[in-house]
Amino acid sequence: MEFSGLFVYWIIVALMMSGLYIVIAQNNLVKKIVGLNVFQVSVFLLYITMGKVTGGTAPILADNITVYSNPLPHVLILTAIVVGVATTSLGLALVVRIHEAYGTIEDDEILEQDDDA
Amino acid sequence: MIEAHLPILQVIIPLLAAPICVFLRHPVATWALTTVVSWICLAISIWLLQQVQAGGEIIYEIGGWAAPWGIEYRVDMLSAWVLVIVTSIGAVVMPYAKLSAEKEIDRDRLYIFYTMMLLCETGLLGITITGDAFNLFVFLEISSLASYVLISLSQDRRGLTAAYRYLIMGTVGATFYIIGVGLMYMMTGSLNIADLAKLIPDVAATRTIQAALAFLTVGLALKLALFPLHFWLPNAYAFAPSVVTVFLAATATKVAVYAFVRIIFTVFGGINILQSLQIQDLLAALAIVAMFAGSAVAIYQTNIKRMLAYSSLAQIGYIILGLSLNSVGGISAGLVHLFNHALMKGGLFMVMGCVVYKIGSAKLDDMAGLGKRMPVTMAAFVLGGLSLIGVPLTVGFVSKWALLQAVLDKGWWPVALLIVISSLLAVVYVWRVVEVAYFKVPSTAAMEKDEAPFSMVLPTFILISAAIYFGLDGTTALDIAGDAAATLVRGLK
Repeated sequence: MEFSGLFVYWIIVALMMSGLYIVIAQNNLVKKIVGLNVFQVSVFLLYITMGKVTGGTAPILADNITVYSNPLPHVLILTAIVVGVATTSLGLALVVRIHEAYGTIEDDEILEQDDDA
Repeated sequence: MIEAHLPILQVIIPLLAAPICVFLRHPVATWALTTVVSWICLAISIWLLQQVQAGGEIIYEIGGWAAPWGIEYRVDMLSAWVLVIVTSIGAVVMPYAKLSAEKEIDRDRLYIFYTMMLLCETGLLGITITGDAFNLFVFLEISSLASYVLISLSQDRRGLTAAYRYLIMGTVGATFYIIGVGLMYMMTGSLNIADLAKLIPDVAATRTIQAALAFLTVGLALKLALFPLHFWLPNAYAFAPSVVTVFLAATATKVAVYAFVRIIFTVFGGINILQSLQIQDLLAALAIVAMFAGSAVAIYQTNIKRMLAYSSLAQIGYIILGLSLNSVGGISAGLVHLFNHALMKGGLFMVMGCVVYKIGSAKLDDMAGLGKRMPVTMAAFVLGGLSLIGVPLTVGFVSKWALLQAVLDKGWWPVALLIVISSLLAVVYVWRVVEVAYFKVPSTAAMEKDEAPFSMVLPTFILISAAIYFGLDGTTALDIAGDAAATLVRGLK
């Protein structure tokens, strides 16, 4: 039970930590955004997982069905996905403009140019 | 009739005005619309504050769906007060914004600037007024996304990298916040803040709730730039267009502090989390380090906008120190300082906006002789600086005095000593500017009077004179903050 029952959570935590690690460790601005996405997706999975009720079906009224999964977390995550898309697109737009202004999207090269200025 | 719907109007008016700005496009028309909307928001928030003072908490169910199923807006003393802070800063900044933005933002991007100012204000007001933890996240992201765009509107390319770094840090912070909310939902099945406050005590001992608290605290600490999670702030404030810096410095971190207060004292108030988990000392220690590190680094800055940004970190330290005391006195000192800091830092950044407007730079060396060239503007800087130090008869003194009293009540006299010493550091960095502006002879620039335009100097003086007025009459703000703190502490057990 302990390990296998919490199987999904292990995956979520692994995803979450790899995402966060990419954000911290990567030098390339686009890769950082990808890491941020992985990190956010792990949270989406966390919410979706918690809405599942063992043996439950989709929450549509029908005969012979008494156990329903909780739809609310799924709805919440729809909102969070929209927010995530907005963040990603804004982040990538910023990277494009950074590339125009600096001619590079490597963090250390940008820092070097700023130090010279 | 309209009175009943004030809470939703507070948020929906700027939200609806934002897309209208995109259609209008004309710089002056969008500016006029934004200004009018910001004044309407101010009127609504004052109206709400009066209603709360007269009749107590206002609960507004959106769409008639009762909480905890529906989303409700809740206005109590604390949120009404933060609403007034945000909207009054907005109302003062907008008239100022016109010339400053024309100078520092490309003309074809001006309508985006006004749209984003409205969206940012919508988000900040939404965070303050909502009674739903997930709704708070959505508003947090609305205001954050708008502020990333605002910072990136800078003509300095470093504004772009500052906006990018803020985006990464801000998104990590907000995602931490929803992880925390999700974990709380797992254990309680509720997202309503008032409902959570009732349900949390039963499950407080579980690992899940403790993990939730950790995620919420770290996430919000990132947003409010508590040391050592502050790295995004100095560059974001230094390289954003001046008027954006004024608005963000005076409101964004303050609203994040508000969200932090809601989580710590309302959601986790039932189990008195600061004491029961002993994070009180940790918060106080971080706050004290922030006070010193912020002020010390500020001394070495050559860009004055950056210097004021570091000084903000120190001031956030005072606010968090007040909150960490976990007493009525401490919390109200923190809340008063939140208000006072919004006034004085808003005013000081406005002064820098005027300086950038006239001399095109915020560097210390370029400010030589400004005391003669822009006497009125620099007088505002001196008054704001005195307030930052905490000289008597200014707002800075009122809140530091309240904080000292609260600290001494706890018997933490070494901390009281540290507050005084860190205030002395503020003397150093304010004096550096005064010395250069008044006593250093400029090398080339003309010494003739060349004041910033009236429409920029007047809003600056409104904020600075408010900082003096509330310093002379400290009771008004202290009473409201005291009321708000008392309501919060009543929830503690």
